Amino acid sequence: MTDNDGHMGDGLSASLNRTSAMALRYVYILRSSWPRIIELAYWPLMQMVLWGFISKFMATNSTWVAQAAGVLIAAVLLWDVLFRGQLGFSVSFLEEMWSRNLPNLFVTPLRPHEFILSLILMSLVRTLIGVLPAALLAIVFYQYSIFDLGLPLIAFFFNLMFLGWSMGLIITALILRNGLGAESLAWMAMFILAPLSGVFYPLSTLPSWLQAVAAVLPSSYVFEGMRAVMFEGVVRIDHLLAALGLNVLYLAASAGFFLHTFHVARRTGLLMRVGE
Amino acid sequence: MSPPRAPEAEIVQDMTSPRDGGFAVGPDDDSSNVIEVRGLTKRYGAITAVDGIDFAIRRGETAALLGANGAGKTTTIAMLLGLLLPDAGTIKVLGCDMLANRYRALARMNFSSPYVDLPRRLTVRQNLEVFARLYGVAGVAARVREVAAELDMTALLARPSGELSAGQRSRVTLAKALINRPDVLLLDEPTASLDPDTADRIRGYLAAYQARHGTTILLASHNMAEVERMCSTVFIMRDGRIHDRGAPRDLVARYGRANLEEVFLHIVREKAAQ
Repeated sequence: MTDNDGHMGDGLSASLNRTSAMALRYVYILRSSWPRIIELAYWPLMQMVLWGFISKFMATNSTWVAQAAGVLIAAVLLWDVLFRGQLGFSVSFLEEMWSRNLPNLFVTPLRPHEFILSLILMSLVRTLIGVLPAALLAIVFYQYSIFDLGLPLIAFFFNLMFLGWSMGLIITALILRNGLGAESLAWMAMFILAPLSGVFYPLSTLPSWLQAVAAVLPSSYVFEGMRAVMFEGVVRIDHLLAALGLNVLYLAASAGFFLHTFHVARRTGLLMRVGE
Repeated sequence: MSPPRAPEAEIVQDMTSPRDGGFAVGPDDDSSNVIEVRGLTKRYGAITAVDGIDFAIRRGETAALLGANGAGKTTTIAMLLGLLLPDAGTIKVLGCDMLANRYRALARMNFSSPYVDLPRRLTVRQNLEVFARLYGVAGVAARVREVAAELDMTALLARPSGELSAGQRSRVTLAKALINRPDVLLLDEPTASLDPDTADRIRGYLAAYQARHGTTILLASHNMAEVERMCSTVFIMRDGRIHDRGAPRDLVARYGRANLEEVFLHIVREKAAQ
């Protein structure tokens, strides 16, 4: 519905319209550079190829890997879901910083939560572009299909995406607060989770004090759950619920942190000085 | 020696009666006011960038904020747009309290600054389309074509914004600022770094647009000739305060100078001499 000046009214449809406008903008950016699209798929593909060969070698030299062929490939693909989930969120935000566009955006009726939602949508798109080709090629190259994990795969995927978005919210808030000098956080920060989440090994491998840290990471429950399915053929609902509970907590806290930082940026003038 | 000041005491006195949520009654304060600012203050630590300013701008008026660098012009515009939170004071735009509910007003406002880029990798059409959707414009494709035709930039629509010349970019930025047919337009140095021909075209277009739509325009500029030509009211800022205000012709007469630039220089240098 429009008013006399041709403006659409406020409400849910207007909100969805603004969110989709932002998502459209990121799609335009993505489409404008084919090297970037290739890059999205390149790294997950290379990781999968590398770990595929390691798996082949280990299958004949390690009884643990031999028990569940493809465990390392599944691990690296799910790790990429987590990493790309965060990176897809943060890079879309960085596009606004690089093009000094935040003041233009926030003098429109765009609400911060609509902006966040558009970053989440683009994170999904970018993650699927990155990880799906690697997952499909793993079937061709190594005769391993991650889709054999069945329905739990959907729960693993979304739990990792939720954690990626939480991390993305914290990282983008820090970039907003500290400027582009902090942009390397978008590429670095996730790697601290890799050893703590037991991506490639059971959590029992960690010293006990690090196991306590792993216990508060949703990702550690996902990777343990993945191994339970692959080694024991068991779906650990308790692991999935623990991951989901932690994710709800972290998403709420990180969204609160982002919105608080946005408020601080309005108070201190940071929104006017983006890109510096 | 300072010239006789504007009757600012009268204005302040007339603004003291609260009305409508704390806004005051005065000669500037009636239903035709589109922008009303009262006691607006912004501090950065020990520095007071904007120091308790009051002003009002009527519907269809073009007003200017003048002042030397650091006088508080851009800070004031940023607070009007909601990009920056004031430490004290009130802002009402189109009847909306901008501190409590700015979004309703923002849909009917727009902004242009040479210091804020449009994404360079997107084509002009894509940029305008995204902003039209953000502002909730109905009939996006038709509006993009219309505003492009009005600004004589149809040929630019398919080009990436980053490949345009400074003059072309200014037209595109202006097109973005007009995409939602704003009732209030805030312009930060609209013709900065443009050649005289392009600057003149932009001024001419803005004047024609305002005559057609009755838009209220507030601009910050260092170009005094531009301000004399476009604006019916001028607010001269110094040290975060409105040092003087009035119609350009009245200010020139009051200070006994040849033009607004000389008035501006007098005020700035008076401060330096102090």
